[in-house]
Amino acid sequence: MTIDATGQEVPETSETLDHGTASHKEEAVYIYEAPVRIWHWVNALCILVLGITGYFIGSPPPSIGGEASSSFLFGWIRYLHFAAGYILTVAFLFRIYWAFVGNKHAKQIFLPPVWRGSFWRELFHEVEWYAMIVREPLKYAGHNPLATLVMHVLFVWCIVFMILTGFALYGEGTGMGSWQYEMFSSWIIPLFGQSQDVHTWHHLGLWVIVCFVIIHVYAAVREDIMSRQSIMSSMFSGWRTFRDDKPVADE
Amino acid sequence: MHETFYDVMRRQGITRRSFLKFCSLTAAALGLGPSFAPKIAEAMETKPRIPVLWLHGLECTCCSESFIRSAHPLAKDVILSMISLDYDDTIMAAAGHQAEAIIQETIDKYDGNYLLACEGNPPLNQEGMSCIIAGKPYLEQLQHAAAHCKAIISWGSCASWGCVQAARPNPTQAVPIHKAPGMPNNKPIIKVPGCPPIAEVMTAVITYLVTFDRFPELDRQGRPKMFYSQRIHDKCYRRPHFDAGQFVESFDDEGARKGYCLYKVGCKGPTTYNACSTVRWNGGLSFPIQSGHPCFGCSEDGFWDKGGFYDRLTDIKGFGVESNADKIGGAAALVVGAAAATHAAASAVKRARHKGGDE
Repeated sequence: MTIDATGQEVPETSETLDHGTASHKEEAVYIYEAPVRIWHWVNALCILVLGITGYFIGSPPPSIGGEASSSFLFGWIRYLHFAAGYILTVAFLFRIYWAFVGNKHAKQIFLPPVWRGSFWRELFHEVEWYAMIVREPLKYAGHNPLATLVMHVLFVWCIVFMILTGFALYGEGTGMGSWQYEMFSSWIIPLFGQSQDVHTWHHLGLWVIVCFVIIHVYAAVREDIMSRQSIMSSMFSGWRTFRDDKPVADE
Repeated sequence: MHETFYDVMRRQGITRRSFLKFCSLTAAALGLGPSFAPKIAEAMETKPRIPVLWLHGLECTCCSESFIRSAHPLAKDVILSMISLDYDDTIMAAAGHQAEAIIQETIDKYDGNYLLACEGNPPLNQEGMSCIIAGKPYLEQLQHAAAHCKAIISWGSCASWGCVQAARPNPTQAVPIHKAPGMPNNKPIIKVPGCPPIAEVMTAVITYLVTFDRFPELDRQGRPKMFYSQRIHDKCYRRPHFDAGQFVESFDDEGARKGYCLYKVGCKGPTTYNACSTVRWNGGLSFPIQSGHPCFGCSEDGFWDKGGFYDRLTDIKGFGVESNADKIGGAAALVVGAAAATHAAASAVKRARHKGGDE
């Protein structure tokens, strides 16, 4: 028991016992600013549209009959793909901009601190948590190190790859002289060999993103249930809430 | 004084009227305005014929076969006379030592002023023994002729990319002309890919070279933009069926009879840069898609190694015989999904135990 300024007895918190510092009671932290949340859901929707239409561009739906002039099915599929691709690209560029002007959490997925030993130690701890070796994960306001790394590699770089190859393929349609062709197709297509190779790699990229989505959604649900902080609701509200009062590892 | 092109034509009995017709048709084929027809005529009347050495490496001679069928007015006769085709072992009258002597003669006489037209490519394995010409590896002949030429034309997919002899696993290690070792790096190379290239494209490239004394504008990979800047798909007359979603599903279905898009039976038109859908073949008569067969992309680099000609998705090597992006990706997604499900189940068990033990 300790006595506070007013002379009343207060129960000792775990913090004062563990660390000998002043009580550090944290109800919630504002993590995801509104632009980041809007970007997340716009991006998710674009990926959904791009994934489905992209799959159909590779393997078109069954042929339809009638006059060619009376339908534009494949045209619409491709249109949706291109439109969603543009929105995704603009949103992604905005997201990069926000990494500079937003709060410190907005930078996280772009710059995992791989030069820090603690990053790798905590990442290993997180791996142990997923391997069910340790009983408890560390507590984070932002992403945990494992999540940061997966986001950085499987999401950020994959999206960059998809935007580059996507525009290279799109530039083939807009033709030589168009900015899409000059900026993307003109060097990316020879880099891969030929157009068909770029198609194949772009197609493989789709499946990397599908795998990422599976991992991302599963991990979010699991963390929401089992970790020490909120996950799913945070991407709607922006606030991270915690289940215990212990200090967070990344504050 | 060398003979000019015009002299040669007249000598061969071509009237001036036919000659002028040819000039205007050539101008049109090159996409030039009507004012260029007299320019072409003037060039042909004044410029001496460019000597050409036409060498054959590993190849099937389809480029020559295509070339001699150029249906351009008079091209069959005229173009072969326009250039001074000093050496072309397939069609020349001379043979043996006599023929081979012409190469050296041309090199001595026109050092730095002749065109080197390469059909086929050199194999490098076994010291080039897979292609022997006059007792020596073709590579040596190529290097020697290239060192003294003015410019190099890579005819067809063999010379441009490697084609079938360079297809996996490429046992003779055939390499395209621009990748052959010991080639001078100051000689410009123009690639005219295709298996074979369209006859009119070949004659037009030569006409352009002769008329303007320089290469036409090339793309980043060295192909003339005037013929290789658009895909077959961009000018395909079946394109409306593609946009409508009307596809041939198999070669005996209703769609095939109605001339629907061949995308689903493997058409590589959307990834192939060539002029087939505009210039067409055999004097503009037809081209593969018009006769109901998908384009298989013969003018693209490595087209033999992209899986079946009748599959839309490319085979990916290293993952078994029949795998494409969908099969690999689908399998990966299944593994990840199954891993997530297993992990979820294990997590649930752990959580239940943890709670049971703690509380």
